[in-house]
Amino acid sequence: MNLRRDVFQAIADPTRRAILLLVASHSMTAGVIASNFDTARPTVSKHLQILTECGLLEQEQQGREVLYHLNPKRMREIAEFIEPFRKMWEDRFNKLEAVMKKYKTKN
Amino acid sequence: MERKTKVHAEDGKQELMITREFDLPVELLFKAYIEPELVEQWMGTKVVKLENRKHGSYQFETTDPMGNKHRFNGTIHEVDMNRKITRTFEMENTPFEVQLEFLEFEKLTVDTSKLTMHIVYRSVVLRDQMLKLPFVQGINMAHSRLQEVVYKLK
Repeated sequence: MNLRRDVFQAIADPTRRAILLLVASHSMTAGVIASNFDTARPTVSKHLQILTECGLLEQEQQGREVLYHLNPKRMREIAEFIEPFRKMWEDRFNKLEAVMKKYKTKN
Repeated sequence: MERKTKVHAEDGKQELMITREFDLPVELLFKAYIEPELVEQWMGTKVVKLENRKHGSYQFETTDPMGNKHRFNGTIHEVDMNRKITRTFEMENTPFEVQLEFLEFEKLTVDTSKLTMHIVYRSVVLRDQMLKLPFVQGINMAHSRLQEVVYKLK
């Protein structure tokens, strides 16, 4: 269950989703992936680490280089699509709660 | 972190259930749904009309980052103070058909409450499309951002 949640946290971030789309076409090194973003290289590394930890990306050693590729099996597992829908409501309700708490203290 | 909002969508059914527990008295939770200024704040929308009565109606308008306006509307079937709202919901100018919503407000303790939204769609296909919508939008957003990035490289 914990692992599942990590996956959803991983895809909740737009940069990480962009990384997934990028490596979907073919495997590439961290350097090549980073060169596609304006974001600082360590930030991209952090994203790669998260994506690898939750199993969405896999590393493969090729000579001296480490390539990242998509783990299609893991991608299929999240293809139930429900999580972003839940997240959308969660965000909305969090907002409601915050607005009403503020309202409560003012009245 | 505990997941406060839960979505139950059984396979092959044309309905779904959203539940959420709030750190708010039920009266405040209910108020968030009937006071136009409060609705505007938490929904991030403009309230064009909101008539909280049987056979009343409502219309909301949101403006996306590109400046496009989107309107939502519905008819209110029942308003039972601090207990229940029954209404329809429709996104204007989209292929999605109207849906029926039962909102139930429940007091848990003096300071906490629970909302249960039961939404009924015209078909299973339609329900599944609505469920996928935020996922598809998310992917599209990431995709256009990626295209932007790639375009800059050329």
